[in-house]
Amino acid sequence: MTKTDHYNFAYLDEQTKRMIRRALLKALAVPGYQVPFASREMPMPYGWGTGGVQVSAAVLTPEDRFKVIDQGADDTTNAVSIRKFFGRVAGVEATERTAEATVIQTRHRIPEEPLIEGQILVYQVPIPEPLRFLEPRETETRKMHALQEYGLMHVKLYEDIARHGHIATAYAYPVKVAGRYVMDPSPIPKFDNPKMEMAAIQLFGAGREQRIYAVPPYTSVVSLDFEDYPFQRMKAEKPCALCGAEDSYLDEVIVDDAGGRMFVCSDTDYCATRRDDGHVGAMGAPYEEGQA
Amino acid sequence: MSVQNASQESCRDCSERSWAAAEPLLSVRGVSKFYGARIGCADVSFDLYPGEVMGIVGESGSGKSTLLNCLAGHLAPDAGEVQFDTRAEGLKDTVTMSEPERRMLGRTDWAFVHQNPRDGLRMGVSAGGNVGERLMAVGARHYGAIRESALDWLGRVEIEADRVDDRPSAFSGGMQQRLQIARNLVTGPRLVFMDEPTGGLDVSVQARLLDLMRGLVRQMGLSAIIVTHDLAVVRLLADRLMVMKSGHVVETGLTDQVLDDPQHAYTQLLVSSVLQV
Amino acid sequence: MIEIDGLSKSFVLHNQGGAVIPVMEGGHLSVAAGACVALTGASGAGKSTLMRMIYGNYLAEAGHILVGGVDVARAEPREILALRRHTLGYVSQFLRVVPRVPTLDVVAEPLLAVGADDGVARDRAAALLERLNIPRTLWGLSPTTFSGGEQQRVNIARGFAYDYPALLLDEPTASLDAANREVVLDLIDEAKARGAAIVGIFHDVAARARVADREVDVTGFTPRAA
Repeated sequence: MTKTDHYNFAYLDEQTKRMIRRALLKALAVPGYQVPFASREMPMPYGWGTGGVQVSAAVLTPEDRFKVIDQGADDTTNAVSIRKFFGRVAGVEATERTAEATVIQTRHRIPEEPLIEGQILVYQVPIPEPLRFLEPRETETRKMHALQEYGLMHVKLYEDIARHGHIATAYAYPVKVAGRYVMDPSPIPKFDNPKMEMAAIQLFGAGREQRIYAVPPYTSVVSLDFEDYPFQRMKAEKPCALCGAEDSYLDEVIVDDAGGRMFVCSDTDYCATRRDDGHVGAMGAPYEEGQA
Repeated sequence: MSVQNASQESCRDCSERSWAAAEPLLSVRGVSKFYGARIGCADVSFDLYPGEVMGIVGESGSGKSTLLNCLAGHLAPDAGEVQFDTRAEGLKDTVTMSEPERRMLGRTDWAFVHQNPRDGLRMGVSAGGNVGERLMAVGARHYGAIRESALDWLGRVEIEADRVDDRPSAFSGGMQQRLQIARNLVTGPRLVFMDEPTGGLDVSVQARLLDLMRGLVRQMGLSAIIVTHDLAVVRLLADRLMVMKSGHVVETGLTDQVLDDPQHAYTQLLVSSVLQV
Repeated sequence: MIEIDGLSKSFVLHNQGGAVIPVMEGGHLSVAAGACVALTGASGAGKSTLMRMIYGNYLAEAGHILVGGVDVARAEPREILALRRHTLGYVSQFLRVVPRVPTLDVVAEPLLAVGADDGVARDRAAALLERLNIPRTLWGLSPTTFSGGEQQRVNIARGFAYDYPALLLDEPTASLDAANREVVLDLIDEAKARGAAIVGIFHDVAARARVADREVDVTGFTPRAA
């Protein structure tokens, strides 16, 4: 892919990046707090990750190795488009290897492989306000955050149990960050929630809603729950069909038109790396170079 | 269970003790609110003692709702003090206290019953969730206990237990109003503000609601301020009456005395204007 | 128990040209514990007005109305309410209750209001209703649907549920048959025996003669230059 030189590095002009970096610094200083920022028009529609893209643009340097995943996979449309975009406007090196990446932009997943210090995980966020569905007034939700009036969040979980017998919220499961702000972790599966206490920096960008928030390394992130209905990380019923992993988040794949199906790791890099290391699942063939 | 049981136990005799209480629960001095040059309410002062129910009557535009909203912290008065007997620090001016503190009062010691239940309920949340919200807001985190409290309170306001998971939009107007009362009283408040609580309900439903409120006021030893234009409602519910006209208090006194022997010209007019049934 | 002196009262009708109607001047009355005083005088002489002033229902213009040491003419609303709760009972001619409340609860309410045990209050209410010949089948219904005589008996039962040290009775035997009239007069005698001070209005001369220790003609308190 050839780099386009008509744009500033990483598409945004330096003043805009400065504005976003300031918002990011504030967000890191007040973990979980939604910082308003002047979201720019990006050359892609809202809902395609404009928030995450702007955050990535503000943190990327020419030396970075960039990875983009969508639902855990590097090869889906959204991920490919964003990777191509930054390839053209920033010329940064792309990678699919979690361990090698310095900046990872994600939609709806946290990689299985634990992230380490020095890495940055950028989330694409559709609706940053966890209280939004219960309280439509922005003035009121801001006040509720300011005064830590979070009873309403539990009303949502109460409704879940009343209706389904258990907390049925399976993604975008609300968390409390650093014992202070209640935060929407973006629509990641609740399976990923416990991973949010990590060594890497986590940045969240919501383009349409014009909000940035962040979780600094080693910050406590607690999933909300009831004493008698504690938070439960959904456990997959079977191991990955390809690599045999028992600790990863699985996608269901329909394999034929006769109802045949298989469960495979949603994190394609994790699965490939394991198979590379010789792990084989029930339906997996031994890994060959270039096959993935 | 624990929350409302505690309030019930401790209040079994509080209507008794409260009459002996020397300190007012709410002490209002010189409260005024102006809308530009127009008077909302002017220089209102009174003391409300624990266990007392005070009615504020007057025609539309007399300033009674403005006053209620100033007292309940929904509106900032332009002048005056609203001293409330807080549990921690005794009498404290709610006008000058910090907003978090005032909002905390709003979901613990105070309750506000709106005329339109839609203003006081979350229409998209089940009846149980509506009642449980105040408990969760003050830190209840045990689903089973919250649900038990909700069921107990639905029973107290005469809503069938099998409606606990229905949304209020599926309830009749009278049921919505009773649900609003349950939602407000579940944390055992000491002072209830009511804005035309029986307005918009048909007469038979009103009677049931009045009966219910009277019982709850006595059982829980509640103090209440009820704004209404319905003199029959205050006769049945209120111990004392305050009559307002054009933002000013024109007469106060014992409810039956004000209604049966009104002194001010406006009160005489008000009382004589009621259609006899 | 009840000490009244220098009591005066006039009505000002603001909406009828500010007409001033003086109704009482120099009213005085003294009722000891265990005594019953009957108010007499022609209709409109001010018997009910005086009684209402003692209860705090009408505002006194001047003078003192001491009931159990509280001056009703000057007391705060909450003091009057406490007085009504603990000291001063009133059986009016009309029953005014919240619709839908069962008769038994209506009668038990004064006892519950002073913190009596639920069971004790209901037992006492049931005994009174029984004595006043209100059929048991009606106890669970609201008295608003009852006949005039039945309502009056419910009203009396309510007035005698709690042992008030002072009682005001406005025509307690009106519209009652002979049997029930006897029950009411017995109740009054019993109240006197336990030391209650009673002020009553009785048009029924025989009843008055039986329970009243003294008669006070309120015509004497009528303002002269009316």
